[in-house]
Amino acid sequence: MNRILKWFDDRYPIISFWEEHLSKYYAPKNFNIWYFFGSLAMFVLVIQIVTGIFLTMHYKPDTELAFDSVEHIMRDVSWGWLMRYLHSTGASLFFVVIYLHMFRGLLYGSYKGPRELLWIIGMIIYLTLMAEAFFGYLLPWGNMSYWGAQVIISLFGAIPFIGEGLAEWIRGDFVVSDATLTRFFAFHVILVPLMLCGLVFIHLVALHKTGSNNPDGIEIKNDKDETGKPKDGIPFHPYYTVKDLFGVGVFLFVFFGITFIVPEVGGWFLERANFEPANSLQTPPDIIPLWYLTPYYSILRAVTYPLFGVDAKLWGVISMGLAIFLFFLLPWLDRSPVKSIRYRGWMFKSALTVFVIAFVLLGYLGTKNPDSIDLFLFSNLIWAQIGYFLYFAFFLLMPIYTRLDPVKPVPDRVTMK
Amino acid sequence: MMVRLVFAVLLLAVAGGSYAAGGGDENLDSVHINLSDRESLQKGAATFASYCLSCHGIKYMRYNRMAEDLGISDDVLRSNFLQPSQKPGDVMDVNMSEEDAKRWFGTAPPDLSLIARSRSPDWVYTFLRSFRVDESSNTGWDNDLFADVAMPHVLYRVQQNSTREEYDRVVRDLTNFLVYVAEPAKLVRYNIGIWVLIFTAVFTIIAYYLKKEYWKDIH
Repeated sequence: MNRILKWFDDRYPIISFWEEHLSKYYAPKNFNIWYFFGSLAMFVLVIQIVTGIFLTMHYKPDTELAFDSVEHIMRDVSWGWLMRYLHSTGASLFFVVIYLHMFRGLLYGSYKGPRELLWIIGMIIYLTLMAEAFFGYLLPWGNMSYWGAQVIISLFGAIPFIGEGLAEWIRGDFVVSDATLTRFFAFHVILVPLMLCGLVFIHLVALHKTGSNNPDGIEIKNDKDETGKPKDGIPFHPYYTVKDLFGVGVFLFVFFGITFIVPEVGGWFLERANFEPANSLQTPPDIIPLWYLTPYYSILRAVTYPLFGVDAKLWGVISMGLAIFLFFLLPWLDRSPVKSIRYRGWMFKSALTVFVIAFVLLGYLGTKNPDSIDLFLFSNLIWAQIGYFLYFAFFLLMPIYTRLDPVKPVPDRVTMK
Repeated sequence: MMVRLVFAVLLLAVAGGSYAAGGGDENLDSVHINLSDRESLQKGAATFASYCLSCHGIKYMRYNRMAEDLGISDDVLRSNFLQPSQKPGDVMDVNMSEEDAKRWFGTAPPDLSLIARSRSPDWVYTFLRSFRVDESSNTGWDNDLFADVAMPHVLYRVQQNSTREEYDRVVRDLTNFLVYVAEPAKLVRYNIGIWVLIFTAVFTIIAYYLKKEYWKDIH
C-alpha cells in the first residue's frame, strides 16, 4: 500500500496536497453553526450538477417540446420526478445556504482584511449563481419562465443608446423565443456551471491562503506554538470533516423533507403559473421572479420618479445594480477596528438588524403587487421605498457608524461559546 | 445569534404563510384530498372518462399507467375507458380537433393534466360547484367562479339527480382524480419520503456522536 502511494506521490503531490489542505490545514477551533454553510454550498453544487446531468438526458431544449419533456421526466422517466424535485429544491436551498454564508461574513467581519479578495470572489460566485438560476428558470418553458425572462431581459433595454440592441443580442430574437431557450440551455448546463466550479476553486485557494476567520474575528496565525501550529487551530481533517458530515445530515433532513413532502413550498420553490406552458398571449396576473431575486426586484420597482432627466425605469435598473455592487465595497466601507459583531458596539448591531429586516421586507414585497396593501398603513410600494432607503443607508452610512461605534476589547485567544 | 436566526426563520414563515394564503383573491371552498382513497380515485376516473374526456384531454396521462396506479383491471379498462381503436398504452387525449372545438365552444377546451397544480384542488372543486343558469349566455350557463366561461354545466344531470352531499362527493372524487393526474408521483413520494427521512435522521444521529467522539479533547 505504502509503495503504491509512494509511486503516485513521486508523480503527483497527493500527500503534500492532503496535508496542506486537510490534515495539516489548521482551522480555528471555535467555529459555530454559521460555519456549516460554506461546505454545504459546495455540497449543494454537487447535488445540482449530478441531478442536472440526469435531467439533461431527458430534457428537450425546444419551445415545442420543452414543457412536455419536463412532464415526461415527471411521469415516464424512472425516478425522474425525484431528480426534478431534487434539482428545483436544490436551486432554492442553494440560495438559502449562500445567503446564510454571506450573512456569516457580515456577522464576523469575514470580508475585512486580509480577506477582501476572498469576499470579492465570493460575491462573483453569488452573481454567477444568480445568472445560473435565471437561465435555468427559463428551461421548463412554463408561463412564468417565459414572462420572467421577458421582463428581466427587457431591463437591459433601459440602458441608453445600446439597451435595445443589447436586449436583442441576449435574446437572439425580438422576443423570448426558441433562440433564447437554446442559448439559455447552453449557458445553464455548461458555461455557467463551469465558471462556478472554477470560481469555487479560486475561492478555496484564497481561503487557504489567508485561513478562515472565526466568530471572535481573531487571526489564529498570529499566535503559534513552538512547532509552528496555531494554538487555537485544529486540523481540518478529521475535526471539521466529521463536523461537516453532521451538518450535511441535518441539511439533508430539511432538503429531503422539502423534496418528498412539500416540493412546491406553497409556491415559493415552484410557482403555480409555471405549471402552464409558456403563452405569449397570456400574461400572468403578477410577474414575479423566484424568492431569491425578489429583494432586488423590489428595489427595481421602488423607483417611480424620474430624476435629472433620467427616467424611473433606468434609475430602477441602476439602483438594482448598485444594491449588488455595494456588497463588493464592504471591505472598504467598514472602518471598524474589530471584525466580529461580538466586540462591536450598538451601532453596527442595530444597523445589521435593520439591514436584515429591510432585506426580508424587500424580498417579501417583491412577490406582491406594489399597489395593494399587504402590510399595514401603507401600500406595498411605500414599504418597498422604506426598505430601499434602509438598504442603501446600511452601506452608505457604514463608514460613519462603524467609526463612531463604541467597540469592546478583543481577547487574545478565541472563546468556545 | 440563535435569537436572530429564529427571528429570521419566523419572518420567513410568516411571509410564506401569507404568500401561500394570498394565492388568489377568490373565496374557494376547501376540498379534502386523499390520494390513498383508491375507491374515490377510481370513481373520479370514471366520472372524468364519462363527462370530461370527450372535450378535455389529459395528454400526459396514459391509460395503462392510470389503470396500474388506481388498481383498474385490464377488462374494466377495455370495457369502460378505451374506445375500440385505442390501445392501453395510449395517452388520454381528445379526438376532437382544435378547429371543431373553436367552432363549437369559441375556444379550445384546455388540457387538464396539470389543472390541479396550475390552479388548485380547491379551485377545481369550487368551479365545478359554481354553475348557475344564465339564459343570456350561449350555453345557457354561467359560473360564479369563472365568469363568462365557455363551458356548459356538463354535470348538470348528475347534480339534478343527486342530493347536495352526493353531488359534492362526485365532484370531490373528480378533484381527487385530477390531483393524482397532475402528479402521479404523489402516490409514492410521501411513502418513500418517510423512509428517506428516517434513514437521514439515523445517519445524522450517528454523525453527531462520531463528531462528539472526535471532538472530546478539544476545549
